[in-house]
Amino acid sequence: MTFNRRNFLGVAIAGTAALSAPRVLGQAKPHVVIVGGGAGGATAARYIAKDSDGAIDVTLIEPTRKYYTCFFSNLYIGGFRDFASIGHTYGGLASDYGVNVVHDWVIGVDRDAMTVTTAAGHSFGYDRLIVAPGIDFVEGSVPGWSTAAQNKMPHSWKAGSQTQLLKAQIEAMPEGGTYCMVAPPNPFRCPPGPYERVSMVAHVLKASNPTAKILIVDPKEKFSKQALFEEGWNKHYAGMIERVGPDFGGANVSVNPDAMEVDIDGTVEKVDVCNVIPAQKAGHIAHAMGLTNDSGFCPIDPATMQSQVDENIHVLGDATIAGDMPKSGFSANSQAKVAAMAVRGALTDSRVFPAKYSNTCWSLIDTEDGIKVGASYQATDEKIAKVDGFISQTGEDAALRKATFEESLGWYAGITADMFG
Amino acid sequence: MRERVFFALALALGGAGEGAADGHAEAIGDAERGAEIWVYCSGCHQIGPDAEIGIGPPLTGIFGRRAASVEGFPYSKSMSRMGSDGLTWTLTTLDAYIENPLVLVSGTRMSFEGLEDPTERADLLAFLREYSDKPSNIPEAAPTARPDYPKLSEETLALVGDEAYGEYLSSECTTCHQRDGSDQGIPSITLWPEKDFVVAMHAYKQKLRPHPVMQMMASRLSDEEIAALAAYFGSLSN
Repeated sequence: MTFNRRNFLGVAIAGTAALSAPRVLGQAKPHVVIVGGGAGGATAARYIAKDSDGAIDVTLIEPTRKYYTCFFSNLYIGGFRDFASIGHTYGGLASDYGVNVVHDWVIGVDRDAMTVTTAAGHSFGYDRLIVAPGIDFVEGSVPGWSTAAQNKMPHSWKAGSQTQLLKAQIEAMPEGGTYCMVAPPNPFRCPPGPYERVSMVAHVLKASNPTAKILIVDPKEKFSKQALFEEGWNKHYAGMIERVGPDFGGANVSVNPDAMEVDIDGTVEKVDVCNVIPAQKAGHIAHAMGLTNDSGFCPIDPATMQSQVDENIHVLGDATIAGDMPKSGFSANSQAKVAAMAVRGALTDSRVFPAKYSNTCWSLIDTEDGIKVGASYQATDEKIAKVDGFISQTGEDAALRKATFEESLGWYAGITADMFG
Repeated sequence: MRERVFFALALALGGAGEGAADGHAEAIGDAERGAEIWVYCSGCHQIGPDAEIGIGPPLTGIFGRRAASVEGFPYSKSMSRMGSDGLTWTLTTLDAYIENPLVLVSGTRMSFEGLEDPTERADLLAFLREYSDKPSNIPEAAPTARPDYPKLSEETLALVGDEAYGEYLSSECTTCHQRDGSDQGIPSITLWPEKDFVVAMHAYKQKLRPHPVMQMMASRLSDEEIAALAAYFGSLSN
């Protein structure tokens, strides 16, 4: 997509003039506002600020002061990371890259006037808006569960206090008790995530509560890295994990949080911990802005990550319909770099190159038993399409699995430095 | 020194006789000439039934062996990583390594600049092969069918990279490889000489190096894109 920059800036200035917003008329520098400071938003903020070298003003609006990564939050549950090690602050983006970091909630966007307003009453004009809100849950997707019940039956699918709560509940399980996971339908954040989580819960229980049981209620026929996880579960946690797929009622489940009961196709199970991961949709703000379609996610231009609804807005990460790319922190980080390049190209004279995307997801099954899956992608007219991919093999030797795990530690250090500086 | 060379030569001749009987050994090269080339190696490496760890690991049984698998030898981190990634010494990988060690193992501690002449390499490989347990079981291609790896023309090596494009492409690398050169679990790629970077990436692209993520990343990069990346990462040292 090519853009007529002069026309575009003309419209932006006209928009400003019509407003009483605190945007300076005739402002020389273009302004990019980014909503959401996760793997997509933080990366975009850093890359636009860094690569434009001061030619673009960047404002990042993110409600939390400390961001806990969803990736590696399972390793915290398994005892392989401490909680502090998955928390990150935005100080480096502000001090080293000059990003204006605003801890506030976005409550409104005027797409015609090109302004964003926040709960604290501030208004920010933009030349380009980047929306990276992550996911929210589809209310009613697991009958009996709602966000109001998230302390009794945690989702822990957004990292932070929910992750700590789930870990505490698992550690407090009675001897021989049952941990139940209600797994989500496709599409959802982090396809191997539920099964890595089961592995980490099993790792904890095997040491502290070896007669405990794990029950997965799953609406899906198949899941990511299935052969690898099942091989690992048989090897490390034989007899502990049971998965009820759709053939046995896994898609027909409801819960009663007060009674700690799970109804699977008419059979009621009493459980001790119930980890409900509901069906998912784009983060609320994307719906409020009108960027979603019937799928609940945001259609985008595969070459630039621009919204198909509004070319002044780019959407990143889990909130998007990203073709063959999975919803992952790695994907969001990859998409952010393409969007950052496209935004710089549109607002300054910087060169624009072909979009290249990639993703790799590492999962940990047990101590030093790491696996991975990944692919590279390119933009076609229809979608972000897979080019090439790979996956760990069953039966790999211990040295390779250990190297894969160590690689995941290196990746975590790499991507968090890439996001936050 | 002199003595060891002669000793090795004698063994090689013995072995060559056996190999010739099954009609395979001669296909690689001339083991007798290889024994003379072995002097480049023998300052650090031993070979033969009683070979021990010296400055380098012993090369007895090198064919079919996993890289970095001699117990007790203090391999470089780079070589150990290649071993756990699955690098195995075959005719093809040894040939590439002897031609230019940095093609396969960027951080190798072997201080050997490489043997350019393919005939010399073939002869040396024929010599080394005499000391692997069951040479007749080692598959090999006829010498004419054995290409140089990675296949790199002079033109490819001479490409001048587009640094700005390289900077954009590098953003795909820095999701895992840290710009500050940290080296935990994932190797550092900053401050590399451009040529080393180019040959390493082509070795992944042509699947000579084993790592699946890097094979995938490199396989969709054009020659120009690899040159651009090399130019960018090389420029970081200026």
